[in-house]
Amino acid sequence: MKRLLALLPLLVALVFGGFFLWGLNPDRDPSDIPSVFISQPAPQFDLPPVEGLETPGFARADLIDGTRPVVVNVFASWCVPCRAEHAVLTDLVTREGVVLYGINYKDKPKDAVRWLSTLGNPYERIGSDLNGRAGIEWGISGVPETFIVGPDGTVLFRYVGPIVGNKAISKFRAALVQSGAITEGNS
Amino acid sequence: MRRFFLFTILAMLLPLAVQAVEPDEMLSDPVLEARAREISKELRCVVCQNQDIDSSNAGVARDLRLLVRERLVAGDTDENVIAYIQARYGDFVLLKPPFKPETYALWIAPPALVLIALIFGLTIVLRGKRKAPIAGLNEEDEQHVTRFIEAQKDRST
Repeated sequence: MKRLLALLPLLVALVFGGFFLWGLNPDRDPSDIPSVFISQPAPQFDLPPVEGLETPGFARADLIDGTRPVVVNVFASWCVPCRAEHAVLTDLVTREGVVLYGINYKDKPKDAVRWLSTLGNPYERIGSDLNGRAGIEWGISGVPETFIVGPDGTVLFRYVGPIVGNKAISKFRAALVQSGAITEGNS
Repeated sequence: MRRFFLFTILAMLLPLAVQAVEPDEMLSDPVLEARAREISKELRCVVCQNQDIDSSNAGVARDLRLLVRERLVAGDTDENVIAYIQARYGDFVLLKPPFKPETYALWIAPPALVLIALIFGLTIVLRGKRKAPIAGLNEEDEQHVTRFIEAQKDRST
């Protein structure tokens, strides 16, 4: 018993050391919030099109009637990282045929139209979320955020922040492959 | 000089009065507004994560404050409002974590550790006490010592 007690400090050190190792891991992002929607049905919303844009708006029902997963990207013209992410998303649409819907978050329609005409419009549908209420329904904390929604309306994946850089892109691609939106290899 | 001091103190108190809640957000009904403030203090801002939405200037925090008030006006109870937001942002949005299987360790560990420490400490203290008393000399020893001293005295003289 006495001898076992002597091992106690070692045990305590191991437990603390384990926590430190976990806490100091540079890959750990403390601001990473788990989404409640993963494996849950997508939220209810109904967004009108952006004023002055041909692209139609969309509601929850529009996510379901397709046969392929849909990528829902929350963006805004005032969001600088969105500009960088735009090229990545366009690439996914033109080269791999991903179905991309956009939620134009708290943006002036005029600015959104100008932004899309300068950079190009990869979105099949764009809903205008002027007061940010749909954003709350989706539980977003900022822009950009990107969701992958399965054909049955289940949210499969959520990416917070811009999908820019090799690490982020490969993570997102892996999620696309897993959800069946693209097939592996044709990049 | 005194006026200067007064002014400085007043200036230093000023930040305490600054609030994130803007006048146009507030409800005209003071009872509902008070409830909204209480609820807002329990909800975490998802952008600046260690602030409640009541004191945060972030855009999403403002939206959530407006949403809280909207739900209250619609006749929701405080619990309903919190559940509504929790359904969209998860447990993370609650500044006070709920008590459920995932959080048992969080809630139970501190009192359990205190209990263990108390038991540990008490046993050590009590064991120390039991050993402590050094028996005084009994009658027999006393006589023995006296005889010994007497014997020594006799020898030295």
